[in-house]
Order: sequence, then structure tokens, then C-alpha cells
Amino acid sequence: MADWDWQVFCKDTIEGEVIPRCFGGGGDITYLDWMLSAWGWTLSVSLLSLAVAIVFGSLMGILRTTPNRGLVFLGNAWTELFRNIPLLVQIVLWYHVVPAFIPALRGVPSFLLVVAALGLFTSARISEQVRAGIQSLPRGQRMAGLAMGFTLPQTYRFILLPMAFRIIIPPLTSESMNIVKNSSVAFAVSIAELTLFAMQAQEETARGIEIYLAVTGLYFISAFAINRIMHFIEGRVSVPGLIAAGGK
Amino acid sequence: MLDLNLDFAFLTPDVISGYIVKGFVFSLQLTLVAMLGGIVLGTLLALMRLSSKPWLVMPAAAYVNTMRSIPLVMVILWFFLLIPLLSGRPLGAEMSAMITFTLFEAAYYSEIMRAGIQSIPKGQVAAGYALGMTYGQTMREVVLPQAFRNMLPVLLTQTIILFQDTSLVYAIGAYDLLKGFEIAGKNFNRPVETYLVAAAIYFVICFSLSMLVKKLQVRIAIIR
Repeated sequence: MADWDWQVFCKDTIEGEVIPRCFGGGGDITYLDWMLSAWGWTLSVSLLSLAVAIVFGSLMGILRTTPNRGLVFLGNAWTELFRNIPLLVQIVLWYHVVPAFIPALRGVPSFLLVVAALGLFTSARISEQVRAGIQSLPRGQRMAGLAMGFTLPQTYRFILLPMAFRIIIPPLTSESMNIVKNSSVAFAVSIAELTLFAMQAQEETARGIEIYLAVTGLYFISAFAINRIMHFIEGRVSVPGLIAAGGK
Repeated sequence: MLDLNLDFAFLTPDVISGYIVKGFVFSLQLTLVAMLGGIVLGTLLALMRLSSKPWLVMPAAAYVNTMRSIPLVMVILWFFLLIPLLSGRPLGAEMSAMITFTLFEAAYYSEIMRAGIQSIPKGQVAAGYALGMTYGQTMREVVLPQAFRNMLPVLLTQTIILFQDTSLVYAIGAYDLLKGFEIAGKNFNRPVETYLVAAAIYFVICFSLSMLVKKLQVRIAIIR
């Protein structure tokens, strides 16, 4: 096992010949080409799911802090539902069960179904964070807003949410990195992302260690890039005077 | 919109004991083994990270950070590939999963235990030493019991997540709860029903456990 063979990435996926330039051309695909395209799928699934998760998570988190009992119940039920079923089971449900119930979804590519599954799964976690962020604000801020004659939506829009979202950036950062890791579960419904690439390329080439190392490295890079981007945003929007502002 | 007739009649006691029970038992076993092993190993890792010796801190920190930044599915695949290479003989998917989950969860439990140990006032450690206790005695008799108590709800919440994550042994084909339902669904040509029941079972277990943890959290809080 001690011998490395990194040339495996330059091999053609069909003939198994090493292609000198490592990138196939004219219809040939090397393992390197395949891996980069798989990385693209991983990033697309992750970023789209993150968008879905932030939209639904924020909405449900906000509902859970409103004075209306019905809305609170809706937000709580949503969060508990999507938090207490394993992600793999949720992905399988979206893939096999939801289209059986809703015929309109039968033609939808499985990529979008996985985005829905991963997005809604993560929305439950983000809803927890948004709720905690809003509840961490002093009660007086909401009262002051209402006393100034703001409507409830205006109080949220102009007073509570601008503070709450800044407070929850650190947990949102780790959730964004989790989404990259969790996108690996999409292998189960044959999305051509990194983990599925790793499994199939390992089987075809018997060069598991090289393949797994490269894939693990790409996961590292992706999560780290997201971490840096979130850190940049955190610095740009920080509120002066809070501990979270990092001494600014 | 609903053009589907669900039929759960095929899930007779025979089918359940033939397909489901075996997988369910394995999922529970895996969860318990990984929880106990993970907490023991995790506590050791936490103690290493909190020691004053760099040669103990660095490997523990590197281990925990590496495990926490790799997707669990990749960790499962890595171990399934590496264990036979290192030990020289093939290992079943079930056994491989037990080892993987124990080592993987140790990283997460260690972060919880580290927070738990750090939540104990420093004066207690100093008091332990002042009474003539050794490091080991201070940890065993004074710090760790309180750290466990403070962190019990978080440790249990992590265990619920662990139970959910055991479904990922799908990647190496181990026979767990989900696999049992999947095979039953294929054999009786009722995949929609079996996946729904599987989701319902996971939900009921995880939801009731998390309610219990919430109750426990209120009861266990140390009144200061």
C-alpha cells in the first residue's frame, strides 16, 4: 500500500490509459475531469441548499418568536419534523415518496429534490438559531418598536432582525460548513457529487487511498472557503461596541 | 393530487421480525457502542487537550479537528478501506461501522466534555490539590462527576444525532434499520410505504428522546 500512484487521475475513465495532459479532450474524460465536475455538483448542491435553508429557516425562526400561538406552533412543528428524521431518510423520502404523492414533481431532476431535502433539513437548525438570536435581544427593543408605532412586521424588519442576524453569524458559519459535509449524503440517490465519485472511482481503479485523499482535500477546501467568506461578512457587518465585533 | 393507494397490510408480524428487527437491533447496538466508546475516548481526548503538555494537546487537537471537518460518509468509507489494509484481513461492514462510529463520535463527545470540564471553577481543582489529591483523583472525584452532570443533556442530544447518523452505514451496505425497510420494500414492491414507516419510526424515537432530554435538562440543573 506504500506505493503512491497519483497518475490514476490522468487515466481515461473508459480505456484506463494515462492521458499525458491529464485533462481529457474530444469526448475523453479522465478521473481528474470527473472529480472536478463532481466537486462542482457538491458545491452547487451545498450553495442552493444553503439558500433554501436560510429562507425557510429564517421564516420559521421568526414565526416561533411571534405573539401568535398558531404561528409559533407551525414553526415548532416544522423544526421538530425536519430535525428528528435522519438526513438520509429525508433524501430518500424526497426521491421516492414525495413524487409518488405529488405527480407534478415526477419530472423534476433528482438534483433539485436533494436540494429541497438538504435545504429543509438544515432549515430546522437555522430556525433554532434565528429563534435564539431574536430571543437573545432585550425584550425592551421589541416593546420600544411597538411603542413607537411600528407594526409588528416593521419592528422585525427594522429593529429585531438586523441585530439578530448579526448575532447568529458564528453558528450560521458552522451550519454552512455542515451543509458542505452533509451534501455527501446525496450519493444515496446517485447525484454525481464527490462522495459518489469517490465510491465509484475507488471501485474502478482500486486506488482508494489516492482518490479518497483528493476528495477529502476538496471537502476541506470547500468548507474552509465558506468559513473565510462568512468571516469576511461577519467583519463587514459587525456592530461596533459588541463583544462579537472583535474589539473594533 | 393524491393518486396513490397506500397499503401497509404486507407489514405482518412475520415480515417485521424477518426484515426489520435485525436491522433495528443493529442500529441500537451501533448507537450504544459508539456512545459508550465515544464518551470514554472523548473524555480522554478532552483531558489531553486541556493538559499543559504540548505533546498531548497537539495530537488530540489534530485528531478532533480532522474528524470534525470530514463528512461522516467519507470517514465511513475511509475506515472501510483502511482497516482491512492495516490489519491484513477483511472485516465485515457491521464491525467496521462500530469502529468507525466510536472513533468518529469520540471527536464530537470530546468537544462536549471539554466544555463541561471548563465549566467547573478553577478553584475546585486547586482545592483538590490543596487537599493532597493527585491529578487523577482530582479529575475522578471532583471535576469529571460534575462535568458529566452539567453536560448530560448535551451528551444525550449528541447521542440522538448519533442514532440518526447510524443510517449512513448505508454507504458500506451494513444491515441497519433503514436497510431492513429498504429490502422489505423491494421484496414486496411497496417502497413508498416502507420508507414512510421508516421515517415515522426514526421520528418517534428521536422526538420522544429529545422531549425526555428537555425534561431532564430542567431537573438536572444544579441550583447555585
